[in-house]
Amino acid sequence: MPGPTPNVDGDDTPPRDSPPGDTPPGDAADDGSDDGVRIDMISGARMEGLTSMEKIRLILDGVRDGNIVILEEGLSPDEESKLIEVTMTEISPDDFTGIEIETYPKAETSDQSFLDKLMGRKSAQKLTVIGPANRIETLHKDENLISTLVSRK
Amino acid sequence: MGLLTNLRDSISRVTDGLFAADDPKRIGIYGPPNAGKTTLANRIARDWTGDAVGPESHIPHETRRARRKENVEIERNGRTVTIDIVDTPGVTTKVDYKEFLDHDMEKEDAVRRSREATEGVAEAMHWLREDVDGVIYVLDATNDPFTQVNTMLIGIIESQDLPALILANKTDLPEADVQQIANAFPQHETIPLSALEGDNMDEVYTKIAEYFG
Repeated sequence: MPGPTPNVDGDDTPPRDSPPGDTPPGDAADDGSDDGVRIDMISGARMEGLTSMEKIRLILDGVRDGNIVILEEGLSPDEESKLIEVTMTEISPDDFTGIEIETYPKAETSDQSFLDKLMGRKSAQKLTVIGPANRIETLHKDENLISTLVSRK
Repeated sequence: MGLLTNLRDSISRVTDGLFAADDPKRIGIYGPPNAGKTTLANRIARDWTGDAVGPESHIPHETRRARRKENVEIERNGRTVTIDIVDTPGVTTKVDYKEFLDHDMEKEDAVRRSREATEGVAEAMHWLREDVDGVIYVLDATNDPFTQVNTMLIGIIESQDLPALILANKTDLPEADVQQIANAFPQHETIPLSALEGDNMDEVYTKIAEYFG
């Protein structure tokens, strides 16, 4: 059983059975949740093999623990629709009020293959920031910049 | 045997297609809370059937269940278009019952309203993925349209190849900015209107017939 690992993606990727937010009991002080804000940056490679519901669970488990989740490649429109639907089913008074989500699209032409362009396929890749609605507030957003204010618990 | 089965299936597909073409299209009225979706649904329903769809309110999430008005026949340019109007709850990613307390609501009522609102939004998303043939997307022209919910919903609608008509509502208010909405979604046609006052409804009905007929 591997021990707790940092959650910034890369060589320190946590094991698949330990999604972001699934911190072992008693480790609250270790993850800095008492005096800071935890940010889970999840690479496209990490999300690639997951089903839609696994992706949504990964996101919501982290957000419900008070973390900010940053997705390198975002979700598909269908997954975004399901994320809204599942989020609604989990909202409960005085506990979880939902999510704040911000994204901006990458330039469509920058990461499309010739075949994608030929077939009219648009790139789904878009950096996405998701956090608890009561802790994250968007200050400014345009096509090149997302500025958010994250508050502590 | 296999040939007969294939032939029967082919005939069935053709006849199903013919009947499906005659079925009323289900047109979902979508948008963020308080954009005037129910006011529009009521305006359309009253103009063509004499009935209303549901109650209107300035308090967010007044509509907490998708409501359908069937067989609304709209006459335009000598032809009749029949649609089912589906008025949906305003879509959001967050619902906090405390916001309803500002509208002189007791906590118990506010909690119940927020619970119903969340169920309604989930239901609206399900309708969008499974059960509508086209979308009327209603925006409050006095608000900034560059929100994540609008971006996501328009993306979802486009990904499903649903015909979509964007309406810039509340043009009766002096601060309405229709051009801002047109700039936000240049890939779609934006039609200005005031559902409350009935302004520009003629153009709205012409576009409904054009997009969904």
